[in-house]
This record gives sequence, C-alpha cells and structure tokens, in this order.
Amino acid sequence: MSDQHAFAAALLDPRKACPPGLISANGADPESRFAVYRNNVLSSLINALADNYPVVMQLVGEEFFRAMAGVYVQSTAPRSPVMNDYGGDFAEFIEHFEPAASVPYLADVARLERLHRQAWHAADAEPMAQERIVAALSSPTLAGHLKIGLHPSLRLLQSPFAVVTIWAAHQHQTPVPFEAFPAQNALVLRNGLDVEVFAISHAAHGFIAALQQGVSLTAAIDASNDLDLEHTLAGLIRHQAIIHLLAEQVSP
Amino acid sequence: MLKPPSLALDSRLPPKAGLGLKSEHFREVLQTRPDLGFFEVHAENYMVAGGPLHHFLGRIREQYPLSLHGVGLSIGGEGPLDVAHLQRLAALIERYQPQSFSEHLAWSSHGPVFLNDLLPLAYDEATLDRVCQHIDQVQSSLKCRLLLENPATYLGFETSTLDEPDFMSEVIRRTGCGLLLDVNNVYVSCVNHCRDPLAYLDALPLHATGEIHLAGFAEDTDSLGERLLIDDHGAPIDDTVWQLYLKALERTGPVATLIERDNHVPAWEVLLAEAHQADRLLSAAGARS
Repeated sequence: MSDQHAFAAALLDPRKACPPGLISANGADPESRFAVYRNNVLSSLINALADNYPVVMQLVGEEFFRAMAGVYVQSTAPRSPVMNDYGGDFAEFIEHFEPAASVPYLADVARLERLHRQAWHAADAEPMAQERIVAALSSPTLAGHLKIGLHPSLRLLQSPFAVVTIWAAHQHQTPVPFEAFPAQNALVLRNGLDVEVFAISHAAHGFIAALQQGVSLTAAIDASNDLDLEHTLAGLIRHQAIIHLLAEQVSP
Repeated sequence: MLKPPSLALDSRLPPKAGLGLKSEHFREVLQTRPDLGFFEVHAENYMVAGGPLHHFLGRIREQYPLSLHGVGLSIGGEGPLDVAHLQRLAALIERYQPQSFSEHLAWSSHGPVFLNDLLPLAYDEATLDRVCQHIDQVQSSLKCRLLLENPATYLGFETSTLDEPDFMSEVIRRTGCGLLLDVNNVYVSCVNHCRDPLAYLDALPLHATGEIHLAGFAEDTDSLGERLLIDDHGAPIDDTVWQLYLKALERTGPVATLIERDNHVPAWEVLLAEAHQADRLLSAAGARS
C-alpha cells in the first residue's frame, strides 16, 4: 500500500488511526497534527455542500445540515477537482437519510437547488429576438412544423410538494411561512445573468419537456392536454428561453 | 529535461498588490475600478460552461492583469496527472491569457478521489523526480511557466531526506519553474516545525520569485499544548507576517503581491486597506532597489 493511499484512506475515515511514518518536530503526537488535515478535508467538503444547498441548510438548521453532509462526504468523496459539480446525488442521499425523514420535501428542495446551480453555470446562448419568434409563430404555413430550441440553462422538475413555494420562502433575510402542498412543477432558467424559478402547470411542464426532447411544436401541443399554449409560449419568449426556431422537414 | 517555456517579459504581473476576486465583488470592482495591480482567481471555480462567472471575469480581465491560481492539479500526487484537468486549465489560459499561472507543492487527489485539501509530501528523491516530471508535463502542455507555491504543513515524514527549501530549490533548478512565495505559509510552517523563518526564507530560491502571497492564519494547539498554526485564509494578515514580508522584499525587490482571503471575508474596504498596506511596502522596496 502506497503512502498516499494510507494517508487518503485515514483522512476520510475518522475511525482509522493516522498512518505510520508521520512526525512532529516538537515531538507532539502526530495524530493531533493529522487531525488538522482530516478536519480541513471534512469541513471544506461540507462547506462546498452548504454553498450549493443553502435552502436545504435553512430547512434543517446548520447543525443538522453539517452532520448530514458529513455522513454524505464520508460515503461520497468528490471525483473531480471541479467542486461546482460536487454533490450531484446529494438529493438521492437525503431521500434515504432516515433522520431527515420528518422533512419529506427536503430531497426535492435539494433537487431544485441543484438545477438552480446548473442553470447558473450552464453554457451561454443568445436568445432569439422576440419579434422574429412572433413573426414565425404567426405564420400559419410555418408554425406547425417548427422545432423550438430552448436555452441550455433550462431545467424542469416535477414534485409532489410545493417545491417552488418552499424554495421561494427562503429567498429572504428571514424565511416566510409556507405550505408544503399542493404538488408543483418547477421551471428553472437563466435569463441574462439571473437564474429564475417558476411554478408551471402540469400541462406546461409536459409541453416544455417535449420541446426539450426535440419534438416539433405540433407534436408537443398534441401531447399536452389542457395546455394554455399562448400563455406558455408568451412566458418562454418573455423570459428569453427561446434561442432558435428550426423548420422541420415536412414529408411530401 | 525540457527547456523551460518563458512568458514574454511584458506579460508578467506588475509589482503591485492584488486581490483574490470573489463573485460578491464583481459589481463593486467594475463600478469603482479600484487601484490594484491585478486580480487572482482559483482556476477550478471557473471550470464551468458559461454564465455570470465568465461574464464578469471577462469584463474584469479587460481592465486588469490576471493571475490564474490552480488548487486541484495534485502535482505531488503518486499517480499520473489528470489529463482532462490539464485540458480544462489550457482552455482557461487560452480564454483569459493570464499573466501568471501557479500551483502548489502538494497533492490533493488519490486514485479517483479528490480530497479538496493541499496535502503534505515526503521530501525524498523519488518525490523529487515525480514532482519534476509532473511540472515538466504541466509547463509543456500549458505552454507557460508555472509558479510553484511553498506549502503550509502540519506534520513531516520519517522518510524525508531533504528539507523543504532545498527540495523547492532543486525542483526550480531542474524544471525552470518559478516560485510563488507564500510568506504566510513560510511563517506557519516554521512555527509548526520549530524552524527559523528568516533562515528558511534565505534557503529558498528567492531569485525565481514571480509572485508573493500574504494571508492570515488561525491558531490551534497540538497534543503538547504547543502553538499549531493553520493556514486558513480567514483572518487579517498577522504583524509577524507583515514583518517577514518586509524581509522578503529586501531580498526579492518589489514583486506582485496577493492578499488572500477565502474565509470570513470582510468588507471590500478592509481588503483594499490590506492591499494598500502591501503597496506602501512595495513602493519602499522599489525606492531602495
């Protein structure tokens, strides 16, 4: 076993003794020096999660959050030096973390915060000019065969909880009271430099998900019952979510 | 051994004080255009596809020199360097054309796991060969000269046969890389390893200094109840570190100096005041030399 292998293993497992061969110039117990590294690793990874999941932390309190994140860190160390990506499956971990079971919406709030973070860092794309979109959509010969290209930051989430309301209640200095129901669908996107989060209807969620999968406008409309098409398209245009329109090849 | 690539003379950091750039300061910097020599960013924070981080760094880069500081390359790691990570660094260097790129004499990855800390090395011949090979690889693939930062450490290894300044000197001699002199790390390590900071400073290859870091430390105690200093970048720069900085400048002349603050980040004015303090000492050093 290599030196760094033993060092790394002991860093992540506090039950392990510190590796052999370490010395302190003043003769102090190396364990007390090794503890600095162990604490640095653990606390820096917990801090990274705290940065990425601020509402989850507010919902359970800092002490609970740090204890929960500590358990996650020890089972799921980062696989990349790019810490913006760390904690991708934290929501799944929370879902199965027994002590958090009394906050049943916690995992979905974590999912929403993850999407928020992804939208923040997603690739840039110029929104299409609103008048050009409107012109194309107003043309009866064109509109039905269009495919709508959406901004790369756009993300969707379906939750049995009022996940957008809960998240929004924690965007103030002091959280405001909230109801955990009814179920909500979330739309997350970056508009200019700001990430925006909306609750959208079930039908709008299905419609936008279909567009995101590359389905034509006509097919996406057909697949969505009770869709308020005008309202949904107007929202996408207003929030600069449409980056291009492609005319679909029509078979003769 | 590869010939060390060198940056053009006009593309070095100016010998003035700079600050670490935090996202909470983006707008302040653009609105007030503070009198600073440069900004420094952690490379890994900008390894994202798009969004506000790149938007603001691009705008600030148009107005200030930039130092790109890596914290995840694991140059001292036993395994091979992460080629995908090198490619991400190359893309950032291509995009932002920084005046300086620096990394640490440390390891932070093992196998597939990234430990998010700068971990200590045993200073022996095998480590020396490995570190030099890794730095050769970094400099040839990034096509720029690396500045290597001296570490803050909390323990040593029985197998070490070289002391830290000699190890640094030999790495710099063999690879042609430069020195990022972290004065706080010198002080922290010397207290933790019962060494004389001035003697340590004099043993470093100071002629290769391309940048200086200043930061604050935290105080702890070890099992003997003795002072153990932690390099946490979370406090104002200590008076003893300012004094050691003066001694360093007497030896190096004026060199671009970063005020590092990553935790308990104070008001912008407080950081600017530390930068101006460094500028006064830099000017005095310039007048002497």
